[in-house]
Amino acid sequence: MRAVIATEAKSENGTSAQLSPELLLQIHDHMLMTRVLEERLIRMQKQGDGYFWIGGPGEEAFNIPLGLLVDRGLGPAHDYLHLHYRSTGTAIAMGADPVDAIRQMKNVASDPFSGGRNFAAHTAIFDWNLVPISSPIEVQFSMAPGTAMAQKRHGGRGITIVQGGDAGTAEGDFATCLIWSSRPKQELPVLMIVTNNQYGISTPAATQHGEKLIADRANAFGIQTALIDGNDPEASYRGLKKAMDYVRTERKPFLVEARVSRLHGHSSSSGANFVEDEVDCLRTFQKKLEERGLSTRAKMDEQRERYTQHLLDALKKVREEAPPTPESAFDHVFATTNKAGQVPGGVR
Amino acid sequence: MATMVQAIRMALHVGEERLGVTDIFGEDVGAPLGGVFTATQGLKTTWNSPLDERGIIGAAMGLAMAGQKPVCEIQFCDYAFNTIDLLKLAGGMYWSSNGQFNLPMVMMTPVGSGIHGSLYHSHSFDAQATRTPGWKIVIPSNPRDAYGLMLSAIADPNPVMFLAPKALLRAKALPGEEIPGEPSDERALNKMIDAPLADRANWTPQWPALEDLFIPLGKARTAREGTQLTVVTYARMVQVCSKAADELAKDGISVEVIDLRSLHPYDWDAIKASVKKTNRLLCVNEDTEITNFGEHLIRRAAEELFYELHAPPKLLAGAHLPGIGLADNLEIASVPQLNGITEAMRTLVRHQP
Repeated sequence: MRAVIATEAKSENGTSAQLSPELLLQIHDHMLMTRVLEERLIRMQKQGDGYFWIGGPGEEAFNIPLGLLVDRGLGPAHDYLHLHYRSTGTAIAMGADPVDAIRQMKNVASDPFSGGRNFAAHTAIFDWNLVPISSPIEVQFSMAPGTAMAQKRHGGRGITIVQGGDAGTAEGDFATCLIWSSRPKQELPVLMIVTNNQYGISTPAATQHGEKLIADRANAFGIQTALIDGNDPEASYRGLKKAMDYVRTERKPFLVEARVSRLHGHSSSSGANFVEDEVDCLRTFQKKLEERGLSTRAKMDEQRERYTQHLLDALKKVREEAPPTPESAFDHVFATTNKAGQVPGGVR
Repeated sequence: MATMVQAIRMALHVGEERLGVTDIFGEDVGAPLGGVFTATQGLKTTWNSPLDERGIIGAAMGLAMAGQKPVCEIQFCDYAFNTIDLLKLAGGMYWSSNGQFNLPMVMMTPVGSGIHGSLYHSHSFDAQATRTPGWKIVIPSNPRDAYGLMLSAIADPNPVMFLAPKALLRAKALPGEEIPGEPSDERALNKMIDAPLADRANWTPQWPALEDLFIPLGKARTAREGTQLTVVTYARMVQVCSKAADELAKDGISVEVIDLRSLHPYDWDAIKASVKKTNRLLCVNEDTEITNFGEHLIRRAAEELFYELHAPPKLLAGAHLPGIGLADNLEIASVPQLNGITEAMRTLVRHQP
């Protein structure tokens, strides 16, 4: 699947070129799987198969293209990802197994991200430079300059991608990232992404933020920006590709602000019910695929059915998987070897 | 005979040359200043950061996870309090990822009072540090230990806090506290590694042929042997407690002083063995007394060594006040002093069950 993207990237120089039908269908596949997964996770919480749900339904049209464009790998030659708890779609598009998200929701020992320690959507994949997602808002923006420094030093095209929501940009860490990534003659290859869903839990952005565009805040630092319709996967793919190409070659920061929907509210703490009055990017995209004759309603419905059944079957298996033992709480407090230093391009 | 700040500098040099240190950074850490205490003068991987403590800790975390080996500095621990959630995040990175992401980083910061530092250059950080699981914490009391603990901190694959008692940074080493490889003549050393006060644009240090010294993290040192009372302390209070013990020795009272050196992991075996010998325990440190690390040690002693104790264990610590006042009388009233320590030692030894 990733090979398709490589071909696509080569053939596409401009920003207005149509994405290939193969790529559009691939994006749809991942969007659908991500949506079905989120719906399964929400249901799991409601049925007592997990304590708390948080995730990113409504952001698939943006997060899937992001994941497809990542240079996936280990060490500073590849991209580092400092994502947040609405980023499951990005991990899925990178190739993560949705069943692992079910494992984390069910907090079983086999949860590869946290061993049953952390909430849903708190993904962590060492081999893909996918830095552990944590609950505190915006801290990832303080860590991102560090991985980007290592990448600039290493050379090559690897970049640091850091993503958060709109409300989190009020934290000082957002300013930290702007300042540290744009120090004169020491600019860093950081792609800053603000997925703007216009809310911090229950608080509308307009009641707390006077700036017209969050992206404008980058202007003071000479950082280039783009505003992307995150409900449109084609616009997202093209916009992200352009931004990423810039960061990869110029080795300088770029800020993307994407408007996205929040289709099931903040988290299970606010009910996680479907919100009718926001744009549903999957519905819109499916309509477009139908109109262009790239797929049919029946085909997509069948696909949804199949994915739903697959994850239901998976859940039944995960329910049988062992919870972490009480003793395992004491595992991994301290490392005995420097795994981080042994990555390709590491110091030892 | 190096001072502690020279010892730290030499350890960082060895870190750069032999242990893979890639970045030594923080506010004013780079040339020309080389740190407000000169701890980073003349080193080759130093650089100045923006005035942003959260950015400093975050950058160190990012560098560490991307295969580098950073040593970052928070200029005074008084300014580390706005980084506490990042310190928690760093301490939890390995655990929360179920053993995937370790963070080989050192955070060093000067701590404690004793330099007329007023409210925001006198704080302690030891109690706070010990409430941050996932970090190892060292706090030397002399130049040799500073050198050996820093080398071990750098070599460790985990986040390590190096708390430097600022009142001791310029104190000279005592006999027995030599750093292996340093010249015996202190003026010769100063000439080799201290930057000239005037023009230092073309200056480069001449590093002595320093040898390895890895003081294990988690191992205490018996600063002074004794039989009638165990004093568990660290940092600046090691010297004060040793002096108090010297005074009591004139009256025939024998006090053992244990210098913890590491607050986490800490050397419970050493404490236990000493208390079993002396049957009395006094903990001394500068941090505020409520929820103090010494309290933890006393709690554990009460639970595990209750029948060994011939006197109630005692804590001498800083007063629970918002800060340490600038005027001498205010500082003296809020931080343990020689007289109070001597008195507490005497009272404990006199106490009969």
